[in-house]
Amino acid sequence: MIRARGLVRRYPGFELAVEALELPAGRFVTVIGPSGAGKSTLLRLLAGLEEPDAGAVERQGRIVFLDQDRTVLERSVLANAAFGLRLAGVRRREAERRVRPWLERVGLAGKLHQPAQLLSGGERARLALVRALATEPDVLLLDEPTQALDPGNVALVEALLREAHGLGRALVLVTHNLYQARRLGEETWFLLGGRLVEAGPSEQLFTRPEREATRAYVAGEMVY
Amino acid sequence: MTLPWAEVVEIAARSLGVAAAATFLAALVGLPLGVWLGARPRKGGLGAQVLLYAGMGLPPVVVGLVFYFLLSRSGPLGGLGLLFTPAAMVLAEAVLAFPMVAGFTLAAVRARADGVRRLVRGLGGSERQVLATLLWESRRPIVAALAAGFGAAISEVGAATIVGGDIRHHTRVLTTAVVLETRKGELESALALGAVLLGVTLVVTAILVVWGERR
Repeated sequence: MIRARGLVRRYPGFELAVEALELPAGRFVTVIGPSGAGKSTLLRLLAGLEEPDAGAVERQGRIVFLDQDRTVLERSVLANAAFGLRLAGVRRREAERRVRPWLERVGLAGKLHQPAQLLSGGERARLALVRALATEPDVLLLDEPTQALDPGNVALVEALLREAHGLGRALVLVTHNLYQARRLGEETWFLLGGRLVEAGPSEQLFTRPEREATRAYVAGEMVY
Repeated sequence: MTLPWAEVVEIAARSLGVAAAATFLAALVGLPLGVWLGARPRKGGLGAQVLLYAGMGLPPVVVGLVFYFLLSRSGPLGGLGLLFTPAAMVLAEAVLAFPMVAGFTLAAVRARADGVRRLVRGLGGSERQVLATLLWESRRPIVAALAAGFGAAISEVGAATIVGGDIRHHTRVLTTAVVLETRKGELESALALGAVLLGVTLVVTAILVVWGERR
């Protein structure tokens, strides 16, 4: 569970200000909005990777944040996948044993001992997701995990996210793909210019938005 | 060559020992400092960075001179009796190697700091785990930093001459021996000693590189 109150984060020429947000346990939220709306900043604040200039974030449970960079370490695919568990204090052999089935599921079983830097973008995305999911978080915050992926990889990532949600995990997914936001989210948050313009059940937000800016954005119009 | 091989081996061993000890001392302080400065979440420490980078061009004779004053009998550290000993050479060469080790480590760590921090903290890791991960992930450029530090230490002659005194069987090292043999007109010996110096540097660098490439 995550609860934010009076959240403010300022950069030169930009301010993110969100009065109140709540992510209940087990909820799947998608976050949409144009580039520069503050989606990634909001996610980092919720994850605790950045401190707000004002306001507070209350967190309960194990929270994992998946960055859009898909950073891999200069280690094998197996060691990369096990890295999250190793940080949590799990011994190497046990960590590697636990991530092997995950790597098989995402088609990386044949590359266990290959340097992770040699993986393609899609493979890196799957590896990053496995690394996060293997730690069995209560809350998973994802910043555009399917960005620039082919349809097959997108389907696989979405299946894994749905499965994690089915296991009771709460998810916050930042995405530019409105179809994805609608089909995955139980609830959607729409950000524009550093403000939370509208938040509500995904189906309602996409079909009967309350705000004109939301209607324009989900209709594919340019909004500023 | 007029110099007996036994003496060449003795001089080479002393060079290696002094440079290795100096690099070790430089790494002892320079590695943690470089990692700390490079890993700082907000860009900062510009003053320290400027000093470290400028220190890479520190003139060895000036360093030697400073240590000479410090260690001479009337100097503040004169009581230690270190002047004209290999220990004094280690200290002076450590000062020369330190900016290399710390500066290159800083640059290497800074290049990866943001990505590694987001990854480690995003997975619930601590700031200490960020530093440990950064140290391991930067091991290859850090090896280059150590090799540069060792190179600076083993190849310098000014400080070694001033604080070591080039005393036969005591503080003579390969660089000071090369200078001496050249002045004596023994160019063959000087060239041979120079070749040994290059060989020692090459072997040590190779060991460091192989060590750094381990998975």
